[in-house]
Amino acid sequence: MRSRFDDPPSKSDSDDRSGKGSVHMTHTLAPKNAGEVEEAVRWAHGEKKTLAVIGTGSKRALGRPSQVDATLDLSGLCGVTLYEPNELVLSARSGTPIAEIARLVADNGQQLAFEPADLSALLGGAPGTGTLGGVLAVNLSGSRRIVSGAARDHFLGFSAVSGRGETFKSGGRVVKNVTGYDLSKLMAGSFGTLAVTTDVTIKVLPRPETEATILVLGLDPASAVAAIAAALGSPFEVSGAAHLPGPVAARTDGVLPAGHSVTALRLEGVAPSVAHRKAMLLRLLDSRGSLGELDAAASATLWRTVRDVTPFAAPPGGADAARPVWRISTVPSRGPEIADIVAARTDADFLFDWAGGLVWASLAPADDAGAAIVRAATASCTGHATLIRAPAAVRAAVSVFEPQPAPLAALTKRVKESFDPARILEPGRMWAGV
Amino acid sequence: MSVAMPPLDAGVLARRDEIVAALRAIVPGEGVIATSREMRPYESDGLTAYRQLPLVVVLPSTTEQVSRVLRYCHQAGVKVVPRGAGTSLSGGALPVGDGVLLGMGKFNRIRAIDYENRLAVVEPGVTNLAITRAVEKSGFYYAPDPSSQIACTIGGNIAENAGGVHCLKYGLTTNNVLGCEMVLPDGDVIRLGGGHLDAGGYDLLGVVTGSEGLLGVVTEVTVRILPKPETARALLIGFDTAEAAGDCVAKIIGAGIIPGGMEMMDRMTTAAVEDFVHAGYPLDVEAILIVELDGPSAEVDHLIERVSEIARGCGARNLRASTSEAERLLFWAGRKAAFSAVGRISPDYYCMDGTIPRAKLATVLHRTRELSEHYGLRCGNVFHAGDGNLHPLILYDANDPDQLARAEAFGADILRLCVEVGGVLTGEHGVGVEKRDLMPSMFSELDLEQQRRLKRAFDGKELLNPGKVFPLLSSCAEQGRMHVSGGQTAFPDIPRF
Repeated sequence: MRSRFDDPPSKSDSDDRSGKGSVHMTHTLAPKNAGEVEEAVRWAHGEKKTLAVIGTGSKRALGRPSQVDATLDLSGLCGVTLYEPNELVLSARSGTPIAEIARLVADNGQQLAFEPADLSALLGGAPGTGTLGGVLAVNLSGSRRIVSGAARDHFLGFSAVSGRGETFKSGGRVVKNVTGYDLSKLMAGSFGTLAVTTDVTIKVLPRPETEATILVLGLDPASAVAAIAAALGSPFEVSGAAHLPGPVAARTDGVLPAGHSVTALRLEGVAPSVAHRKAMLLRLLDSRGSLGELDAAASATLWRTVRDVTPFAAPPGGADAARPVWRISTVPSRGPEIADIVAARTDADFLFDWAGGLVWASLAPADDAGAAIVRAATASCTGHATLIRAPAAVRAAVSVFEPQPAPLAALTKRVKESFDPARILEPGRMWAGV
Repeated sequence: MSVAMPPLDAGVLARRDEIVAALRAIVPGEGVIATSREMRPYESDGLTAYRQLPLVVVLPSTTEQVSRVLRYCHQAGVKVVPRGAGTSLSGGALPVGDGVLLGMGKFNRIRAIDYENRLAVVEPGVTNLAITRAVEKSGFYYAPDPSSQIACTIGGNIAENAGGVHCLKYGLTTNNVLGCEMVLPDGDVIRLGGGHLDAGGYDLLGVVTGSEGLLGVVTEVTVRILPKPETARALLIGFDTAEAAGDCVAKIIGAGIIPGGMEMMDRMTTAAVEDFVHAGYPLDVEAILIVELDGPSAEVDHLIERVSEIARGCGARNLRASTSEAERLLFWAGRKAAFSAVGRISPDYYCMDGTIPRAKLATVLHRTRELSEHYGLRCGNVFHAGDGNLHPLILYDANDPDQLARAEAFGADILRLCVEVGGVLTGEHGVGVEKRDLMPSMFSELDLEQQRRLKRAFDGKELLNPGKVFPLLSSCAEQGRMHVSGGQTAFPDIPRF
């Protein structure tokens, strides 16, 4: 390992595993432990070489495509280092496959309550290949976000190497901790632009004993969001609330009844509680539309579908692969309004999660991926939009993340520089100049 | 007692009249307080051991005024200490003699309540409990419930990332805040997040929450509100050993049950409390555990049975399940009075706030007993058992300087022990000035330097809330603590647990 850093790497190889053309001919550094990560970043800092930071590369197609000098491959930093189910805590090296962690905690009756999405179907990659570090770096979370929070809410502590090549840590392995700044929050969703995490600690939670889903058929998005608001305003603890318009509901591999829009509400917990809440909610929603139910197995399938946005999946080369996909975060009641504004200006399909506050939009192909239309809609309704799927050239040309007002953009830049003053870690992945 | 603070800026002290005049031009009338007598209420927070009059107090009432005050201070090189209700137990709102005390008390309005989207938009000076009071008639509440919730403000809750007894299940402030408007130290106004669930960009809201007033001044807050659980019931369980009680806690969680609250008290504290509150606590056991289950009634009844079975399996000596709301509140009344009760059996006590991995409870209690013998001081223990947050209460007499010194050494040893077993220095009270100089026991110089660099990204001149959180560079500081004399805190009527 060391010898590779004594001299600038000279041999090129392609590390573009995602096939999205986001990383061009680069050198790959493959550290085997945290010390070697520090060594690698020190080398890059000293030589002013820019780095892409990957686990398995499953999320390379997210964010702005970056031109970098080398790829730091963390897949060698692998393994769970601490798991104490009774303490609800798990520590692992960053490159540990998320599937391995999901399996381990499931074997102990637990789960990652933030329900990390696997966007591989959406992005055209192989399913189930991401790492824990990647999930946290992108702050992925699923439908349970509305009650259990996002990845950031379960991220307790970490050790990382900053862009200066300095190893530092933050947080801890306990849930209640106010000692120093909560840098875990900052790392979550920073796309590797601030520091390279080597070891992370997360909170794990019991897996619900059972689940069921109530369906309301035939609602338009606005009525659906109103029905969901009534359910979420009740004490009956809904842990997933989504709306799939007819054409989108038809793409759920037969889990949902055909020919209707479907509004889905998930209930999880101990059996007597789920039964009680289901009865109460069916009564509450009785006047809103025709009702249906999914049993535990069908419910689990449906929420995986919603979580992973598989109705917008695009096998590479297929007709849908050219359709850009946006992820819009807004106040739940404004979700349908944003969809209406976008749909008035282009051919669009929508999937509403998070009670209406998360709008996935698949649009007709356009040179700007529909950015002008989508950003106009979020501007008039509050919220922000992220371009999730588009060709690399488009992601390089339009703002993938929501543009920021000047004072916030300046602060963002200063925060970046406080960790990575030479801008060697994933430069430009989130915003140009950051 | 005194605590070392950054050296006073003689230039600023000399310009006091000019600074006061400039602030009066921004905040007219009674919004600027400059006499010693009138500034006296601001000289301290909940950590009353330290008192310091500020240079001047300013009480703005609009975001624009906050922005202009900060911009002026930034340009003039004047330090600023923000303050909410001043209930901090770690000296987070302790003024500095050459700095402006920026009181946010006039920001006390609830701006909007949106039941459809389950959120409330409030000004930072609104008290924690006032949010719940405003929405409870519609069946909602604001989940974080720090013990000082009748007095502490949401702005201060953000600064400290306040918790409460229900945070294992419902999270801390950071998990319940959606957005804020904030003024940066140079006067720029930014918005982080909003009514939507994720803010986009770097999670600066997540960093600001728990930043102890060092990064900016929050002028508006959007919080999530939740529908009130259908019902809640509590179990009061007595154990022969603290180990058995700890084992029971682990088994409850191991069984996949996350109670709304789970609290433990040791024998000495229980006796002090029972004598004071008459809650009917068992006095013949080494530890009592209060487990509260909330949610739909069918679930609560089901889980009360399951937790009872687990407790019996762990050798519970006695067990009572609340059968009425009055009884549930009585179980809690004693726990909530624990600090006051201990204040009745000792001239002074000193409250610690470490968090430990729960499995280390027996080790920590054992070592605490050894330390107690070593220092010749009694120590009671109350424990947020669900999340591992331990509050040892060291009993001493401040009139005896030797006891005071021993209490401080004892406390520092306990916190180092928490770190040694894999825990942290503070679970909910914050670092402030109190634990500032213990930070190197948990963090390396590089860890702290990275945090300081982030601080400078927000506050390049390091003028906001100086002397807090980070050890002073040349530290000859005497460590400060939460000392309570004669049972009197700065706010004797506020519950502390």
